[in-house]
Amino acid sequence: MRSLEQIEAVVIGASAGGIEALSVVLPALPPTVGVPVFIVVHLPRDKPSVLADIFGRKCALPVREAQDKEAVAGGTIYFAPANYHLLLDAGPQLALSADDPVHHSRPSVDVLFESAAEIYKDRLLGIILTGANEDGALGLAAVHDAGGITMVQEPATATAPSMVLAAMKLRPVDWVLPLEKIADVLRTLN
Amino acid sequence: MDAEVTGGAARGREFDIEFDLIIAAIYRLYHYDFRDYAAASLRRRLRAAMTRFECRTLSQLQDRILHEPDMFRPLLDFLTVQVSEMFRDPGYFRALREQVIPILRTYPSLKVWVAGCSSGEEAYSLAILLHEEGLLNKTMVYATDINPQTLQTAAAGVYDLSRIAGFTANHHKSGARSSLSDYYTAAYGRAVFDKSLKDHIVFSDHSLATDSVFAEVQLVSCRNVLIYFNRTLQDRALALFREALCRQGFLGIGARESLRFSSEAERFLNFVPEERIYQKR
Repeated sequence: MRSLEQIEAVVIGASAGGIEALSVVLPALPPTVGVPVFIVVHLPRDKPSVLADIFGRKCALPVREAQDKEAVAGGTIYFAPANYHLLLDAGPQLALSADDPVHHSRPSVDVLFESAAEIYKDRLLGIILTGANEDGALGLAAVHDAGGITMVQEPATATAPSMVLAAMKLRPVDWVLPLEKIADVLRTLN
Repeated sequence: MDAEVTGGAARGREFDIEFDLIIAAIYRLYHYDFRDYAAASLRRRLRAAMTRFECRTLSQLQDRILHEPDMFRPLLDFLTVQVSEMFRDPGYFRALREQVIPILRTYPSLKVWVAGCSSGEEAYSLAILLHEEGLLNKTMVYATDINPQTLQTAAAGVYDLSRIAGFTANHHKSGARSSLSDYYTAAYGRAVFDKSLKDHIVFSDHSLATDSVFAEVQLVSCRNVLIYFNRTLQDRALALFREALCRQGFLGIGARESLRFSSEAERFLNFVPEERIYQKR
């Protein structure tokens, strides 16, 4: 098994039931964690996202809505804004795009994961949580193919399992865990 | 597993090299300059083009671009086109209506520049807003883009009828003083926007990467274009806008764009910060 010590960044994708799932996972991250965490949650496109506010109050790490061309800071949780894709670019820095929705989603989990895999290669941990569509399957495959570590929420414990099942169909997944165990793993990050 | 992992990483490095090469090839042969575009989105668009044209590598795509002149136009669509909406971010148009229009009203004639107009949705939105405010008759809207094909689409002003419900909802939220249906004719599943709007819009080819200023304007609207540029090209585009704008002219950018990191920032005042509307000092 490849080791968590190689990990320099984490990407997380979630859809239906995602806020509840992230409420278990993100507050588990201790303030000593030094890697950045990038998150896409599917939300209605016409309302500003309040995720950064919600989780800012629950988490030990700073939580921000991603800004275009912002340099990535370690130990920070970034949420994609509503109605924009979030990508990672060389630097590393954050990049936003208004390109077409992918799997009817903008932001899309695939777009985040694929771009992050290009930048972080085998130093990336990709996590797919509960969700009711197929966004994220190709993205998690890209993380796997670049040599990164992949993790999904155990489908039986997911509010909506299809996003996880779609990802498991494309590539073998390194860890299939319930939320509490995912939180335990994240506690051991660099 | 190890071989596959190494292969994945190597493919990444090769792609980086091929990426630089194809961008250089496009610039030298077709004079479209993508060298200072933000790489992340461009890489994604090139990967989509590889799938569409059934090329296994970017080098194969480059080979076709160099040796099959008919290939460039369709590739340009992949690199440049993005679909917008009419009155996207209604709050932006409401802020223009309530806070910028009262000042624009004081000018004897108006010029507005929609930079990176793509298929024209924003240009028509502004023309409708100006009509509602009684200003369209003394206004010329310059809508520019680098893709000639898209400019033709924009000039035609024909949109799929299935999109009109969304446009209408946005228009309404922008503080509309009229009905969107006053401005188009529906036929055969499409909405054709009126000549009375088109008479006040000039669609033309202009590159923020390589061209210079062409007119003095009172308002520049350039939304969700700067995110596709790196800092160098952003600064070039913003300098063009500053040069084009009259003193105390207005600049509107995208909801998640900012002048904060730009060398041009101090040349502008935050006029409506929450809607990213700036005023030239």
